[in-house]
Amino acid sequence: MEIGAYSFGDTPLNPDGTPRPTAEAIRNLFEAIVHADKVGLDYFGVGEHHTTSMPASSPGTLIAAAAAATTQITLGSAASIIGTDDPVRVFQQFATADAISGGGRIEITAGRGSSVETFPLFGYDLADYDELYADKLQLLMTINDSTTEHVSWAGTARPALANLAVVPRPVNGPLPIWLATGGNAASSARAGSLGLPISYGIIGGAPHRFAPLAQLYRASAAQAGHPAENAKVSVAALGLVAPTKGEALDRFYPGWNNLNVEMGRLRGWPAPDKRAYLAQAEAPGAYYVGDPDDVAERIVHLHGHLGQMRHFLQTDIGGLPHEHFIESLTLLATEVKPRVERLLKAQ
Amino acid sequence: MNTAATGPRSIGILGAGRVGTAVARQSLRAGYPVKIATTKPVEEIAMLVDIITPGARAVEASEAANADLVVIAVPLHKYRSLNPRLLAGKTVIDVMNYWAPVDGLIDEFENDPRTSSEIIQAFLPEAHLVKSLNHIGYHELEEDGKKAGAVDRRALALAGDDDHAKRMVAAYLDRLGYDPVDAGPLCAGRAFQPGTEIFNGSHTADQLHAVLAAALASSAS
Ligand SMILES: NC(=O)c1ccc[n+]([C@@H]2O[C@H](COP(=O)([O-])OP(=O)(O)OC[C@H]3O[C@@H](n4cnc5c(N)ncnc54)[C@H](OP(=O)(O)O)[C@@H]3O)[C@@H](O)[C@H]2O)c1
Repeated sequence: MEIGAYSFGDTPLNPDGTPRPTAEAIRNLFEAIVHADKVGLDYFGVGEHHTTSMPASSPGTLIAAAAAATTQITLGSAASIIGTDDPVRVFQQFATADAISGGGRIEITAGRGSSVETFPLFGYDLADYDELYADKLQLLMTINDSTTEHVSWAGTARPALANLAVVPRPVNGPLPIWLATGGNAASSARAGSLGLPISYGIIGGAPHRFAPLAQLYRASAAQAGHPAENAKVSVAALGLVAPTKGEALDRFYPGWNNLNVEMGRLRGWPAPDKRAYLAQAEAPGAYYVGDPDDVAERIVHLHGHLGQMRHFLQTDIGGLPHEHFIESLTLLATEVKPRVERLLKAQ
Repeated sequence: MNTAATGPRSIGILGAGRVGTAVARQSLRAGYPVKIATTKPVEEIAMLVDIITPGARAVEASEAANADLVVIAVPLHKYRSLNPRLLAGKTVIDVMNYWAPVDGLIDEFENDPRTSSEIIQAFLPEAHLVKSLNHIGYHELEEDGKKAGAVDRRALALAGDDDHAKRMVAAYLDRLGYDPVDAGPLCAGRAFQPGTEIFNGSHTADQLHAVLAAALASSAS
């Protein structure tokens, strides 16, 4: 199984809790990706997020830079908010990164976004949410699957393309395009019938409750005639690995708390509850916070339900000290991954 | 037959999203026959319904609306795609919320002093609308339910202008695993909209009565 990480950027905090410049978050993220490549992590996903605390707004740019500075890691968006972007531009950015990487390491993940901040930012009407998403996903797939540089497409989300060049073309043929979803059943059915790999963002609750969704996804793919080996599942979740479970819990909690306080202010939630945090950090909870044995065992347990081919964690939230992020990436690659492989082989 | 005393005999759900499918599964657990519809043709959602809500039946909206009790679980901004004629005379639960930080600003709801459910009631003038199930997370709905009489049983508020409809909904909530607490007329649903203490928390019947009384007293003063 592939083991990886993803990040929306994490703006560092001063000792008094005030945020440091957002540019620092981007620089830290870039360094983390380069580090992840060196220690042998399989995958790194970036953005798209548009807040002061999580400023990784431009995954294509960061991934192009990372493509030049890395040699083996697979890089992708997590996710590109396709409904409020221009699929032509998204494709061009990722195809450019693919050219820089030498080919074969760049992926696009298309998502709807869990919040609606991109609508006012890019001047779209929320009432068009579903239609924009479906139409633009279809355009992105048309461009990606095109056998020539010239693409024709007509839809409602933007003016038609009449035999226009969309370049560069990816080095090794179409880029992998994943569909990201947080658990809406219709999205699983849609990914399956389109024959796209699916990425489940599991941010709370018992992850194995996604099993029926993965079943629906695979059944939809089979019904549409797509080969079973194309029906790939990945899992994106929160987590942090440290030498011991206690250290992991202590390191992740302050950032988790900060993030939930911020969300609570925006959404009118009550203060975050440490008991809820601790419960989610134990099996079968959603937070993969632990030592290498604990995290590996829980990833493999979920594999029994979802059959995911990739499991990747978001670690840097709420001003996590950079060195804790870096150590977690190292442990994921060097300690968790071998354990996961051993456990899977033993089954 | 007096369905209010015994509760509904069948449940129809409009919407097969996170909330609609969770309500469907919890209703099935409680022993109700369940029909689900979206705006898509039945063939397109049949497999989804079979796998995600085993035991429920995928139907057209007109058939879902034939059930004793209809649950509207569609995104609020799509409420105009509901057919008011289908819901005329029906007992209907409105689970929808206007929650701008999550769903985005919608001018119509932003600029109207009424609660979202009163706006929906005006759009569905002949439906007997009851606001409920909006203030419990869709995954909690399947986890927090307990048998009647259990200690610390979670309570859910309901608000509506039709007593007969409210009795039916109260019986339904009870069978889903929750103590029903009548908050009063539809406009009293203001006390459990997004951002309120009731929306944010989990309460027993006694606690819910107390919070509701305080909320209604402060809005009257
Ligand atoms: N998040 C929570 O825990 C929670 C709790 C309580 C209440 N709520 C509220 O519940 C509502 C639904 O949320 P959700 O997350 O379940 O939405 P969702 O996942 O987007 O699902 C909406 C469903 O409604 C269907 N639909 C749309 N228009 C319809 C129509 N006219 N007739 C029948 N079906 C229709 C959609 O299918 P098609 O588009 O294919 O027709 C889809 O199946 C929202 O108002 C939300 O605020 C949320």
